[in-house]
Amino acid sequence: MPIQLQIALTHLTSRKRQTLVSLSGVVLGVAFFLAVSALMRGSEQDFIKRLVDNSPHITVYDEYRHPQIQPAQLRWPDGAVHIQHLTPKTEVRGIRSYREKLALIETLPGLRIAPVLIGPVVLSFAGRDQAGSLSGIIPSKMKTVSTIQEKMQQGSLDALTANPNGIIIGRGLSDKFQIGLGRNLSVATQDGGSRVMKVVGIFRTGNAIYDESQSFANLKRAQVMFDRPNRINRFIIQLDDPYQARDIAHRIETAIAYKATSWTEASEDILSLLTVRNIIMFSVVLAILIVASFGIYNTLSTIVIEKTRDIAILKSMGFHANDIRLIFLFEGSIIGAIGSVFGLLLGAGLMHILSTIEVKPPGVTEKAFLPIWWGIEQFELAVLFALSSCILAAYLPARRAGKVHPVEILRGA
Amino acid sequence: MSILKAENLVRRLVGEIPVTLVDDISLEIQAGEFVCIMGPSGSGKSSLLYLLGLLDVASSGQLWLDNENVSRLNEDQLANRRLEKLGFVFQFHFLLAEFTVLANVTLPMRRLGRLSETKLNQRGMALLDSLGVADQSHKYPHQLSGGQRQRVAIARALANDPLVILADEPTGNLDTASGALVQQILRDLAHQTGKAVVAVTHDPVFASSADRRIMLIDGKINPDLS
Repeated sequence: MPIQLQIALTHLTSRKRQTLVSLSGVVLGVAFFLAVSALMRGSEQDFIKRLVDNSPHITVYDEYRHPQIQPAQLRWPDGAVHIQHLTPKTEVRGIRSYREKLALIETLPGLRIAPVLIGPVVLSFAGRDQAGSLSGIIPSKMKTVSTIQEKMQQGSLDALTANPNGIIIGRGLSDKFQIGLGRNLSVATQDGGSRVMKVVGIFRTGNAIYDESQSFANLKRAQVMFDRPNRINRFIIQLDDPYQARDIAHRIETAIAYKATSWTEASEDILSLLTVRNIIMFSVVLAILIVASFGIYNTLSTIVIEKTRDIAILKSMGFHANDIRLIFLFEGSIIGAIGSVFGLLLGAGLMHILSTIEVKPPGVTEKAFLPIWWGIEQFELAVLFALSSCILAAYLPARRAGKVHPVEILRGA
Repeated sequence: MSILKAENLVRRLVGEIPVTLVDDISLEIQAGEFVCIMGPSGSGKSSLLYLLGLLDVASSGQLWLDNENVSRLNEDQLANRRLEKLGFVFQFHFLLAEFTVLANVTLPMRRLGRLSETKLNQRGMALLDSLGVADQSHKYPHQLSGGQRQRVAIARALANDPLVILADEPTGNLDTASGALVQQILRDLAHQTGKAVVAVTHDPVFASSADRRIMLIDGKINPDLS
């Protein structure tokens, strides 16, 4: 063992109480960091999971982000072309030749896609009306991109395949209309068409507005009702890695020209809120570690003052200023290392206790627990923070110790 | 052969009131010589010893240790020379309280790092034995008497087999009997092992055993009394 390390250990072990106090500061700092970070990251991921699961990762709309380029602009690309009073063509709204586009998008790896035709409808039952939107879906495709199947309280999406005249409504509407499975209700579209449909399923997401106004029908039936045969107006896309959404959305938009919006783009406000939350968390946790490092600074400063004579004698013996600095840096590192180990253990214990606390989020019927993230990065980060703050806290006393001039001390002794 | 040679050494403290601690001192010390530096309080005895011991750097003048001019060496180089060629004994023993007697003695050897753990412990025990304190090797400094501690301090000064032993009032804190023993040890070190021993003292009895006495007054050597 190097002599500097040996002296460092002796300093620490001969001051057990002070060392323990500094050590417990680091232990608590690391443990709290872990507990808070696991909870914050856990709830963040839980939140993103809800956000991501309940909304599509990418939605392709039957719109263009930019107006179509006019032939005149293509003819004179360098010219200053000014076109006035341009009226877009009247056409059947929707994504054109969607089957080819569907096939094209499906060639991209790691995604699942479902075509949807969505439109406004008014649902009526026993003299009561409810405006809402009706999504025409292909049940087998929809199940791969949406959690709606898991939210079904009665019936299932497949019932739409079995009964082309079926409709699936939300729990909110079923409560409002006091309507149950197997009953008929009237569905009216914008252009005056109306049709009686049979309730074949009831879902509950926990989002009141959604549960009251959203309904699902077979895609073919919706196309007929909205008078848009062979058209759809949405692609709903779910990715294996939701964080790829922005890139993939861009690729899709470049390939098919229709506007493709990723969930990150759609929820930018919420995501920036999460960033703020993370900043708050890190400042709180950093504050804990800074307080802990003051404890170390204090202990080591005391040792330096108490041991000035020893430092002088070591220097007179031939120890370099560097050797002396090393002694105190070792002391900081030892406290940091031991504190980290126990802090990690305590932190993991806290995380375990937190993870057993039961919570009941809306729309979930099964038992749920506080979301705790067990990622390895936060353990590494905790150790990194702890070690660097310990070494930083040791640096100032170490520098002071290195500057001790033996003659001044020996003369005064 | 001179082991330590000073030429026109001056040590000044610059400040609001400049003080000259050591004023134009030239001297030569031979191997195997036991030299005492004497003088009243504030005459610059200790300052001269710190200069000769490379603990302090002269404001001007030249210093040779073992035929090497050490006047221009940097702090780390000076530390290396102290580690290899010099040994210090102070008025207060200055042993490290948390280390055993043996650990204190082997400390300079560990820093030098030339001996294996077994070898340096053997050498430490041999040094303690030669000073008659081998039986104390596993005690801590506070369990020893003043005379024993000073002998341990001498053993530590000898750890790396230095050329020169520098002692600052080595008997100043000891009773007569212990003082006499330490005086005997230092004398024997010079005469029997060929080390140069330079001791600062104001004890005339101690000084009387020296081969040579250097009398300092106001930072200058007084040749009449030396």
